[in-house]
Formats: sequence, C-alpha cells, structure tokens
Amino acid sequence: MKTPFLKTVLTIVRKDLRAELRSRELVTSMALFAFLSILIFSFALELDREAREEAISGVLWVTVVYASTIGLNRSMAGEREQGNMDAMLISPIDRAAIFFGKLVGNLIFTLLVGLLLLPVMMILYNKDMVQPWILAVLALGTVGFVSVGTLLATMTTQTRARESLLPIVMMPIALPVLLAAVRATTSILNAENFADWVFWPQLLLAVDAIYLLLCYLLFEYVIEE
Amino acid sequence: MTSSPSTPAAVALIEAQALVKAYDLLPVLRKLDFTVQRGEFVALLGPNGAGKSTFLRLVCGLSRPTAGTLRVGGWELPKEAHAVRAQIGLVSHKSLLYETLSAHENLVYFSRLYNLSAAVTAQRIPEILNQVGLGKRAHNLVRTFSRGMLQRLSIARALLHNPDILLLDEPYTGLDQDASAVLDDLLRDAHNGGRTILMTTHDLPRAAALASRVAILSRGVIAYDQPASELNPIKLSTIYTEVTSMTSAR
Repeated sequence: MKTPFLKTVLTIVRKDLRAELRSRELVTSMALFAFLSILIFSFALELDREAREEAISGVLWVTVVYASTIGLNRSMAGEREQGNMDAMLISPIDRAAIFFGKLVGNLIFTLLVGLLLLPVMMILYNKDMVQPWILAVLALGTVGFVSVGTLLATMTTQTRARESLLPIVMMPIALPVLLAAVRATTSILNAENFADWVFWPQLLLAVDAIYLLLCYLLFEYVIEE
Repeated sequence: MTSSPSTPAAVALIEAQALVKAYDLLPVLRKLDFTVQRGEFVALLGPNGAGKSTFLRLVCGLSRPTAGTLRVGGWELPKEAHAVRAQIGLVSHKSLLYETLSAHENLVYFSRLYNLSAAVTAQRIPEILNQVGLGKRAHNLVRTFSRGMLQRLSIARALLHNPDILLLDEPYTGLDQDASAVLDDLLRDAHNGGRTILMTTHDLPRAAALASRVAILSRGVIAYDQPASELNPIKLSTIYTEVTSMTSAR
C-alpha cells in the first residue's frame, strides 16, 4: 500500500525546510551569489543610464536563474551524498511525489532569494521593483525553470561534472520561460499598457503547465538506474 | 503490510531464476539462480565486483534486471516493486540518513514515508532507538554521530516499519570491534525476531558465526551454497579461496 501522495510531498518539503532552517546552507549561498551579481551588474552599467534601465529585467532573471542552479545542485546532491535518494526510492511512495516534494522546497528557496533581491534592486537601480505583477511574474517564471531544474538536477547530480553541467543543460530548456519572464518584467517596469504585455504572463502560465506535466511524466524514468 | 499473492510457506521469500544484470554490455550477474527461504539468515560472500551489491539493489527494486525473473514475497520485480517496498529494510554502505536532522527527526521522516500512524510512530521510535542503544542521543544531530552510531541508527531506520526482509550491504565496513559486536547482537535479535536477513560481507568469520546459510557469489553466479552449521571460519576461508580462484580462472 502506497503512502498518500500529498502526505509524501508534505513530508519531503517539511524535511527540506527543517534541514535548511538548521544549516542555512542553500539560501545563504544563493542569496550571497545573487547580491554580488546584481552589485557587479550595477557597477558595470553605472555610466550608461539608458542601458541600465533596459538591462534591469535581464539582470534580475539571469541572477535568479543562476542563483537557483546553486540551490538546485546542492538540494539534489544532498539527496545523493548519503544515499537518501535510495532510501526514498525503496519506500512505498509514488516517485512523482519525490519530484513534487523536491520541487516545492526548491521553489520556496528560489522565491525567497528572488523576493530578497527585489528591494535591493529597487535601491540600486532606482526602479519600483515591488509591484504585484512583478511578484506574479517572478512566481510564474520561478515555477517554470525550477521544475525543469529539479528534473535535470536529478540527472546531473549522478555525473561527475554536476556543478557545471546543470546550467549548461538547463539554460536551453528554460529559455522560453526566461524570454517570457524578461519581456513581461520589462513591460511592467516601463508601465506599458496591460493589454500589450498580458500575453507574456499567459505564455508563462502555459509553459509552466507543460513543463510541470512533462517533468511529472519523465521523473520516474530519470530516477531509474 | 501487503499480503503475498501466494502461500508464504510454499514460496521462497527471495527467488532469482536465470537472473541477468548487465551495465552497458558488461554482465555483472550471469543467469543467477538463488533462493532465500523465509526466516533464513544468508551471508552472501564474494570478491569485489562479484555482483553482491548489484543483487541487493535488484532485490530492493533500485535496479531493473536485464533478463531472468526475480520474485520477492511472491511478487515479481520490477513489475510489482510497489508491493515489495514496504516489506524491505535496507542497510547500505551509506547511512541513508540526513546529517542535518537529529536521530529522532530522521526516524519521524521515514515513518511518514512508510505511512506509519502517529500513534505507532510515537511508540515505535523511542522503542527502536533504545533497542539500538541510541535512546539518549535521540535529539542529537546525526552529523555528530560516530560511524558505529550511524550504522546502529541505519539499522533502526531499516527496522522502523517492521519489514519481513532485512538487506545489509557490507554493514561492518568501517566499524571497530566494539561497534561490530553491537551490530552482531542487533542482527541476532532481528533474526531471532523472525526476520529474513540477506547480508553481503567480506568478513568470513562473522558470516560463519552469524548466518544460517553461506553463499559465495563469484563472477555473477553462485559458486557455493551451504548451511553455515557445516562450516567453521577456517574451513570457510579455505572454501572461499578455492571457489573464488576457480571461478576467476574460468
């Protein structure tokens, strides 16, 4: 008899949160990387005001995505190091529940870093970054690339070059999410007409749904030896 | 616990027939025929690369056979792996524990994955932690544990859901004499409690002393299989050398 799906997901999420609250390894390294990145971008673009304004959404998303790869790598490697993934695989749980459990944990950590970044970027770039639609796009974009990232990190953590491999395989697949997220963020920051950019969040929503479904279907095969 | 599809007494608990496992084109298990009866304590010996760990991974459903059949409790793997999982407890080279959680938190986590009720969990965790001698360290982080303590906690984790079968993959690796003696007692208790145990090891004297049956796996096939009552450590050592050198020469 299998353990109920939702119970398994919540158990894994709770375990990840508890472990992170205790060690603060993931969020600290992700946040540190993210702050340093936007600081470097801010200094690099300081002299050109126009370029700075045009690049702001790109800076936000590149930073969040790369910070997330640090977290994704650590989160999945942590499951491999002491054989914990094997322990999960031999328990009577649905394998897709492992995916969703890890996904929710990674999502929480990445969103937290994204949310911490917004006020800092507001100060550095003098733009109103904390807006409801920016938050909505941040959430939608994060769901997209973290779902793909969780699936791919499960694969890459089994390889020797796991740290460098994840961004290389993740970026091309996450490109539709990134493009839509950057376009939507730019339009919101430029206070463009809602009807002109609402397509991008809608596209994000559709891509998220497709990626989640594909990852759900593929996880069982990815996790097999 | 999931009921078996066949009469348990009539069926071997673990039954491999012409089992083949190959990684790419390299065969590790070559038409292996092997059975373990309910209540047996089988020590599976063999040199490195003989396929012992591979066989255990197949039995617990972590790996798929390339060919042949493998049944556990009458259920066929990998097709019916979901039915087998709750019946198996695994102790591996690695601890399978989270170092940033305490012993108690680790066991609570696994009890939820095995869908044990809150009442059972509340009773079972202190009981099993005391059984493995870690009752006083229940709330210490696992990363502060010695190798011996980790291994005892691994046994507690593997026995938490009261499985029929305990699989141990070289559980004595890295343990000092005292820790090994504690592990001996825990395994004897588990066996006396009616569990079927399949243990891979390189420790021949320990295999002869603890197990009810000894099998030697060499180059992917069972090259020797006898009751342990007919063996002593010296005899087993001689047989082991003969058998493994014979199969390697083939």
